[in-house]
Amino acid sequence: MTGRRNSGSGTANALTGLPKSQPAPAPLEMQGPVCPVPLAHTQQVVLGHGSGGRMTRNLIEQYFYPPLANPDLLRGDDAAVLTSPGSGRFALTTDSHIVSPLFFPGGDIGRLAVCGTVNDLAMVGAQPRWLTAGFILEEGLPLETLERVVASMKQAADEAGVAIVAGDTKVAEKGKADGLFIATSGVGWIPTGREVGGALAQPGDAVLLSGPLGEHGIAVLAARGELEFEADICSDLAPLNALVEALFASGAQVHVLRDPTRGGLATTLNEIAGQSGLCLQLDECAIPVRPAVQAACEMLGFDPLHVANEGKLVALVRGADAPAALRAMRSAPYGAETCLIGEVLPEPAGRVLLRTGIGGLRVMDALSGELLPRIC
Amino acid sequence: MKYVTEFRDAGLAAAALQEIRRTVTRPWVVMEICGGQTHSIVRHGLDQLLPEQVELVHGPGCPVCVTPLEQIDKALTIASRPEVIFTSYGDMLRVPGSGRDLFAVRAAGGDVRVVYSPLDAVKIARDNPDRQVVFFAIGFETTAPANVMSVIQAHELGLQNYSVLVSHVRVPPAMHAILGSPQNRVQAFLAAGHVCAVMGYWEYPPIAAQYGVPIVVTGFEPLDILHGLLGALRQLEAGRAEAENAYSRAVTLEGNRPAQAMIERVFEPCDRKWRGIGEIPGSGWRLRSEFAEYDAEARFPVGEIRPAESPLCIAGRILQGLARPHDCTAFGMQCTPEHPLGATMVSAEGACAAYYRYGRREAVRGESA
Repeated sequence: MTGRRNSGSGTANALTGLPKSQPAPAPLEMQGPVCPVPLAHTQQVVLGHGSGGRMTRNLIEQYFYPPLANPDLLRGDDAAVLTSPGSGRFALTTDSHIVSPLFFPGGDIGRLAVCGTVNDLAMVGAQPRWLTAGFILEEGLPLETLERVVASMKQAADEAGVAIVAGDTKVAEKGKADGLFIATSGVGWIPTGREVGGALAQPGDAVLLSGPLGEHGIAVLAARGELEFEADICSDLAPLNALVEALFASGAQVHVLRDPTRGGLATTLNEIAGQSGLCLQLDECAIPVRPAVQAACEMLGFDPLHVANEGKLVALVRGADAPAALRAMRSAPYGAETCLIGEVLPEPAGRVLLRTGIGGLRVMDALSGELLPRIC
Repeated sequence: MKYVTEFRDAGLAAAALQEIRRTVTRPWVVMEICGGQTHSIVRHGLDQLLPEQVELVHGPGCPVCVTPLEQIDKALTIASRPEVIFTSYGDMLRVPGSGRDLFAVRAAGGDVRVVYSPLDAVKIARDNPDRQVVFFAIGFETTAPANVMSVIQAHELGLQNYSVLVSHVRVPPAMHAILGSPQNRVQAFLAAGHVCAVMGYWEYPPIAAQYGVPIVVTGFEPLDILHGLLGALRQLEAGRAEAENAYSRAVTLEGNRPAQAMIERVFEPCDRKWRGIGEIPGSGWRLRSEFAEYDAEARFPVGEIRPAESPLCIAGRILQGLARPHDCTAFGMQCTPEHPLGATMVSAEGACAAYYRYGRREAVRGESA
């Protein structure tokens, strides 16, 4: 079967009423079946992929099931049915992911979706177990792109030890979605005895940061190519659950865990100060920032404390436990550069203060809106 | 980081502060002209390390802050046109016009793009021949060379679809305006290092002599600022009033001559209104008639715009050094970076925004008490 589409060229002249002086059309030659056979659309996403019909099924079976395969997902029912891992409590979180470009140095939207959700769970002391993923695909998205993104999700999920057990796909018309959006939810299990939260900070707590700041934000900004600057910076995107487990295993009394994503460290610490009604005082000299990130920030007028991270965490632990916590984190994945950056004080309530490099003391405020490059 | 870390050295800063304490015998009021310096002073907490007698007041050198409301309203009108790609330095996007800002225009479907250099705007014009590309050419002498370069480049490329909305201001006329005011409190100036890197400081000795104020060309890092301040205080204590260069690694007396010639080729002086201050004679630049075809105001008739400022905002008094952000009843209450009533709360270089972000001295003092 040739599957050739009937162009109808033999009747075109008569239908369009072209002058009779035109050369006579070539005689129509029938070559097998002439019904238009739909194209398979193996190259890019079309609206039909979101119809809920056979094309959707094919998309799921071809692009999602093989790479993400696990028994809970493959059961194919309307919801995954999960088995409770033991005593303790559940943690549940949800997150939506929009990033341009979809691929950037150090990661992509798929790894971002998995790590972002895993990290949100880890920051309440949970051991991440299950993820769901909803995909909004823009009509015209190359299927090869989707393939790469799903493969990357699988890799990140394996690294974090989580399974993607349910999913959904919708297709948005061309121009109504920026290539690909992913919405994830995650469920984790909090072992008995773990109590962390912003309100649990205590005066005397040590503030630990798991590594240098600002790499994700600057890497994505540079990859976007709009600001015409080049930077040899990779995103720090990483799952942090193993680092959190190492911290708990050290026996340190952990009061607060938080990952300083959008809004940066300054915004995160202001949230903790607000929740706990305490003061966090930091030492600027102790806060690590790589020279390339520092240089990009100086040039654009950004404060690295306001730039996004995707593979860093802040831990507030009992002051006396800081040495043990530091040791444990430094030997855990993504924690080698953990450092002590400050302490928790009773006053002034709700403030984050920064002892500057030259010895001044200033308020470190949260980011207010979009990060904007300064004029000069 | 090379060329930055050295100028933030704690030991050298402590030595400079010690020297300032030794030098000062009575109260002095010194104005740092540039918003970049204001930002640096509060970001590094320099103001809290200075002796009580030294009062730093924050000058009008924030280009975003002094751009008049009607120019912003014109920008909003032009940016709303469907054929226009409106390009701007990033921090102009949040500056409120009469009721809206460029973010709101973008959300309503306007094509508003942030560029780091106006030459990027020219590139956008070249890549989009069927669209009109407008660049919001604001700033002091610092941004003028790049802004005029974009016009020259568009001219050489024969681009018909590039224009600039000019709202340029110059420092020396503003210094005259401040010093000539009967309410003036400023006894010395830290001149803006980046402006002087372009213009030199040959315009300053006559001003220093006329008003009897020291003018010290000063950089932006903590040590630069302390160095400039020490120079100004030494002059004040000795009763001298000279133009002095404390930023010699970037600034010479004559400045960047080729850049000055380029500005001269494209721009001519004009009277210009400053937001919050009013019209200062000869304080602006506009396109010369040879380059009139690149004038966005002529290309897109915007009608007459009569904007109204918030009655609460005291930005004008702040920009002249007559009041400080804390003196404003709206500061931190009705007026915040998320909801600015005036431009000084918008840019990172604006005095109010800098105070809001880093200052809040009462909080800091509460801790150290």
